[in-house]
Amino acid sequence: MSFLELNRVSKHFGAHVAVEDITLSVNKGEFISLLGPSGCGKTTTLQMIAGFVELSSGAILLNGRDLGNVKPSKRGLGIVFQSYALFPHMTAAENIAFGLEMRGVPRAEREARVRDALAMVGLEGYADRYPRRMSGGQQQRVALARALVIKPDVLLLDEPLSNLDAKLREEMQIELRQIQRNIGTTTVLVTHDQTEAMALSDRIVVMSKGRIEQIGTPHETYERPASAFVSQFLGKTNEFPGEVDGDAVPPVVVAGSCRWPAPAGISGPVTITVRPEKVGFGSEVDKGLAARITNRIFQGNHWLFQCETECGPAIVIRQNTGEAQPVEGESVRLVWRTEDMGIRPRGMA
Amino acid sequence: MSTSASITSEQGAAVPAPAQQDRSGAWAPWPLLLPALALFIAVVIVPLLMTVLLSFHNWGQYTGIEFVITLKNWQEIWSDPYFYEMFARTFRIAGLATVIAAILGAPEAYILNRMRAPWKGFFLLIILGPLLISVVARTLGWALLFGGNSGVVNKALMAVGLIDTPIPFMFTETGVVIALAHVMMPFMVLSVWAALQRVDPQIENAALSLGAGQVTIMRRIILPQIMPGVLSGGIIVFALSASAFATPSIIGGRRLKVAATLAYDEFLNTLNWPLGAAVAVLLLVALVLIIVGSNAIIERRYAEVFR
Repeated sequence: MSFLELNRVSKHFGAHVAVEDITLSVNKGEFISLLGPSGCGKTTTLQMIAGFVELSSGAILLNGRDLGNVKPSKRGLGIVFQSYALFPHMTAAENIAFGLEMRGVPRAEREARVRDALAMVGLEGYADRYPRRMSGGQQQRVALARALVIKPDVLLLDEPLSNLDAKLREEMQIELRQIQRNIGTTTVLVTHDQTEAMALSDRIVVMSKGRIEQIGTPHETYERPASAFVSQFLGKTNEFPGEVDGDAVPPVVVAGSCRWPAPAGISGPVTITVRPEKVGFGSEVDKGLAARITNRIFQGNHWLFQCETECGPAIVIRQNTGEAQPVEGESVRLVWRTEDMGIRPRGMA
Repeated sequence: MSTSASITSEQGAAVPAPAQQDRSGAWAPWPLLLPALALFIAVVIVPLLMTVLLSFHNWGQYTGIEFVITLKNWQEIWSDPYFYEMFARTFRIAGLATVIAAILGAPEAYILNRMRAPWKGFFLLIILGPLLISVVARTLGWALLFGGNSGVVNKALMAVGLIDTPIPFMFTETGVVIALAHVMMPFMVLSVWAALQRVDPQIENAALSLGAGQVTIMRRIILPQIMPGVLSGGIIVFALSASAFATPSIIGGRRLKVAATLAYDEFLNTLNWPLGAAVAVLLLVALVLIIVGSNAIIERRYAEVFR
């Protein structure tokens, strides 16, 4: 059953529409990500859940209770801010204890829970450090412990990893996921980083211009993007212009020298999409899209090829398996499985 | 100085040079400092030393300044309770003005910081604008409002019948304190404002989400963070108030003397320069001790948190 529910939520700042008619239900214990470019309304949505921003219309329900008239300080949510927003004049332990103090937890229990929280994020021995004396990653852990120690109904994460360097971010992703699984707190993450959203979430909510583009598991949103926006935002996508030949029996999609069976119900000009890692190099007999390799970039575990095909530019990613790869200037045929390609009427977003 | 020194050392590191050249490079900044140093010595150090020296000279009603070394002036200050009273008044006035400026200025800066775009700039200008006007003009404003029977406020209140006699403001310590607090307010606001700029804008939301109420947020989260700003603003206001001349002389007049007005009178009315110099030197030394002392305490108190 749904634990946190957003029911037709909108937010307008004057004439500007920040969030438009968002409906979303989050299950208990679920890790959900609001993913989108900056200005897509994901942070505003989070702030409405937290209660820092009032709704223009709609309702937010937590465990069946309308949060409309509940003050932010009474919502019992744990929040990790992008800047961490630690209290600089308090030690790590004092920071973590603050929420418990506000709840009137007795001193002995408070100390025990702070100790447990520090242990949970791997910061034993840092209890008496001031935030300014800690690294970004350590501050981030303190912020997480501070948000979790109050046993919140929902944990809200506002781009919590964006201030960390790439390697640390990857470590924290794994750790964050593990902690969340262990304690089972319902979590909403706001991020613009699609790999982060995929690595962490049970489901991803892709947002654009204040609206939801698609809700689905990371695999679904990547493999079956609901719109051009989603396919371009989540990973790289090749797009080729094509045409449905309705006169052929059965109908086919034609692009350059290639033809594929057309899906039912589509006619006229179409856009063909295919992920770069799904594209392979075939020989002349494979009847793939004719292309010439313009650029070949080695990236360690994979090769990146930039090609000029008969239907426009394309990129191809091949795993570095040790096999010989085509070189720059070589003519190749780009082939892929029919089930790996997407076909949608052109002009449709 | 340290910047130029570090630049030279970097250059020395980048270009391996013989030891002798290296050393001349290290001395290169010093000649560059000479013009500023000469100016500093000419207009600060020399007059200061002369004032100190002056305080040890003798002065007679008919002989004027006698260029001998004597402790007479210092003994006079030491033995006459009049000077104790005057210095106590000076620091009492400065202390009270500082406290009032802090109590009113800190919330003022906080409210200002939370204002929206057009109003923020507008009110900042209103608060800082008085700095563009002479302190004499600002103080005279108080005299116009409260000066005896003809003060605007006194006149109005008496006309309405709320008071029978003018509010005693001119030539009172209270008057000087209020006027000084008003005149010094911008320095406190600026100082707290600067401290507020360093406060994470999300920090109140963080405290809110953890269950803190507005009063708790103020007391436990915001106030401790802006305290260094309040204290450094306090040092500025205290130093300027204790050495203020215009405001105490206009509001306090001849009757209510503070260190600065007393020194002025000794110099220009009595013409007893050596005694005036002794008063001025004593004020300077006391202020330096108070400022350096409290600054050291503040830095130690907040070093761990605000480095």
